[in-house]
Amino acid sequence: MTSILKQREVQLVLVILVMIALIALRFPSFVTADSLGNVFNDTSILIILALGQMTVILTKCVDLSTAATLALSGMVAAMLNSLHPDLPVIVLIAVALLTGAIAGAINGLMVWKLDMPPIVVTLGTMTIYRGIIFLISGGKWINAHEMTDAFKAVPRDDFLGFPVLSWLALVVIAIMAVALKRLATGRAFYAVGGNPHAAVYTGIDVGKTRFIAFVISGTLSGLAGYLWIARYAVAYVDIALGFELDVVAACVIGGISIAGGIGSVYGAVLGSLFLGTIKNALPVINISPFWQLAISGTVIILAVAFNARAERRKGRVILKKAEVAA
Amino acid sequence: MSTTETRYVRDRLHGRGERLLKSWETLLFVVAVLIFLINVWASPYFLDPWNLSDASFNFTEKGLIAFALALVIISGEIDLSVASILALSSTLMGFAMTHGAGTWELVLIGLLTGLVCGAVNGFLVSGLALPSIVVTIGTMSLFRGIAFIILGDKAYTGYPAEFAWFGQGYVWWVISFELVLFVVAAILFAVLLHATSFGRTVYAIGNNAVAARFSGIRVERVKFILFLLTGLMSGLAAVCLTSRLGSTRPSIATGWELEAVTMAVLGGINILGGSGRIGGVVLAALIMGMVTFGFGLLNVPGIVMSIFVGLLLILVIALPVLTKRVLNRKKA
Repeated sequence: MTSILKQREVQLVLVILVMIALIALRFPSFVTADSLGNVFNDTSILIILALGQMTVILTKCVDLSTAATLALSGMVAAMLNSLHPDLPVIVLIAVALLTGAIAGAINGLMVWKLDMPPIVVTLGTMTIYRGIIFLISGGKWINAHEMTDAFKAVPRDDFLGFPVLSWLALVVIAIMAVALKRLATGRAFYAVGGNPHAAVYTGIDVGKTRFIAFVISGTLSGLAGYLWIARYAVAYVDIALGFELDVVAACVIGGISIAGGIGSVYGAVLGSLFLGTIKNALPVINISPFWQLAISGTVIILAVAFNARAERRKGRVILKKAEVAA
Repeated sequence: MSTTETRYVRDRLHGRGERLLKSWETLLFVVAVLIFLINVWASPYFLDPWNLSDASFNFTEKGLIAFALALVIISGEIDLSVASILALSSTLMGFAMTHGAGTWELVLIGLLTGLVCGAVNGFLVSGLALPSIVVTIGTMSLFRGIAFIILGDKAYTGYPAEFAWFGQGYVWWVISFELVLFVVAAILFAVLLHATSFGRTVYAIGNNAVAARFSGIRVERVKFILFLLTGLMSGLAAVCLTSRLGSTRPSIATGWELEAVTMAVLGGINILGGSGRIGGVVLAALIMGMVTFGFGLLNVPGIVMSIFVGLLLILVIALPVLTKRVLNRKKA
């Protein structure tokens, strides 16, 4: 099984390299270190969200409310910043993380305690969280001049030649990679998604594990929310509208099985980078950004068909052939 | 010391009347009547026949989609691409209109686009045996994405005057064409689901797809037909909505998949498949339509209504679980 998984990641690396090489043939400027660093930086938020989404998908659930949670946490941080400019940025980041964690916990509690199907829960909370943004902001925008410079600076600040945004993505990747491989809870995600009944017999609380996955997804969405709003220096109701589709797409492309239990951190990262490369390449090769939605849709479908081929089980024979029976 | 105990075993678990009283549809009916009365009390303009007729547009188009979606959900699948199918249908109708298509060609193109999109979903789900949740999340981006490629940030306007009849025309007095379409579709889908062998197979598949296949039901074909139907009804809704608005933007009907799913689930369709009735969906459509209209009369902004829809969706699924839990606790 691991060999197949490894193949998927190798394949993705190759596909991304080929894609970059093809673009480089016509537009050499795309492959400069600066430009590729930009691609990674632009994809950082998607990577952070995809890693949260991945934990949820591993447990056989799905979180459609990530983009709404991102927007809500970002708006809370931005409003707090404009109302109390003297609060240190670290407090605002903590508030964004906490908002995200609470939003995730609400999803998780409904899945855990009420046994509700995650798709319905998060489809519902997706609109509710967006609605809450409207209620708290009154539908108004928080613009760049209402945010403090320190608030906006964090993701762009340079650290060892790399923007903090990229560093944060790398840190999240490292933490998730270690946690999913080494921690008992990390292994439990795989166990719960792979076979929930068997997981119960090994002493894993399936509901609680799913709850934890939702809290992780929510918290990472909260972090992404702060980063998004600080980076683009504007907060309003419709921020990152529909971005949850990109996040799910990144996971599916990365070989994370929607049926749960299969997938790796590197898969999710590469899936995100695949989408990020396309997104950054479109303007370079002069294709209208309006193509992007259709392209990610096509890629989701192709990826899911590809995943299914790898996971397919053979059917059972229920009627033996006549000659054999006779 | 044991005493002889007489036990009565009823020949039926519940009497007909009891079953009717306890059914989800009865509850919905009571809720619908209550909301109607609250609306009458809250706004003096509510009872006007023309106002009520206007209110019906809040649910007719979504209801058309919800009927077909209900069947898909009963069969244990889901279709999140319905709103995107609608957007693509509407865009292609607009595209055809700029190339001089007449009213009937527009209708035909709208319906055909829906059918083709439904066939794509059906092929991916039943032909390639892929999970419908991800497939329709994918086609949701794909179909609306094509609409964006064609239209960008522009809009199609200037549909033929004759075409406006489908969304704005009245059959008799205040009875709009859309309302008639809604009623006819409700009857057709109720017959299909509750009175044909095809309808029975839909329930069988939703309850246990493997058992259904082993008992000789062509599961894949039935699912394909259901996705085809959902595509067709989304195309029909596209004709109505485009005709009513008289314009097309690629962002048309954004978020309708949520409302259609909510309508079906509120109508008592089990989200896990296997049970539910069309009558419930009709009542759910009426309830959602009246609430939206009532909020509109009270000047509640649209996004607050969408909070309401989201809450409704969650409550409807949480309530049965909670009541069951409370009842069990009482017994113990």
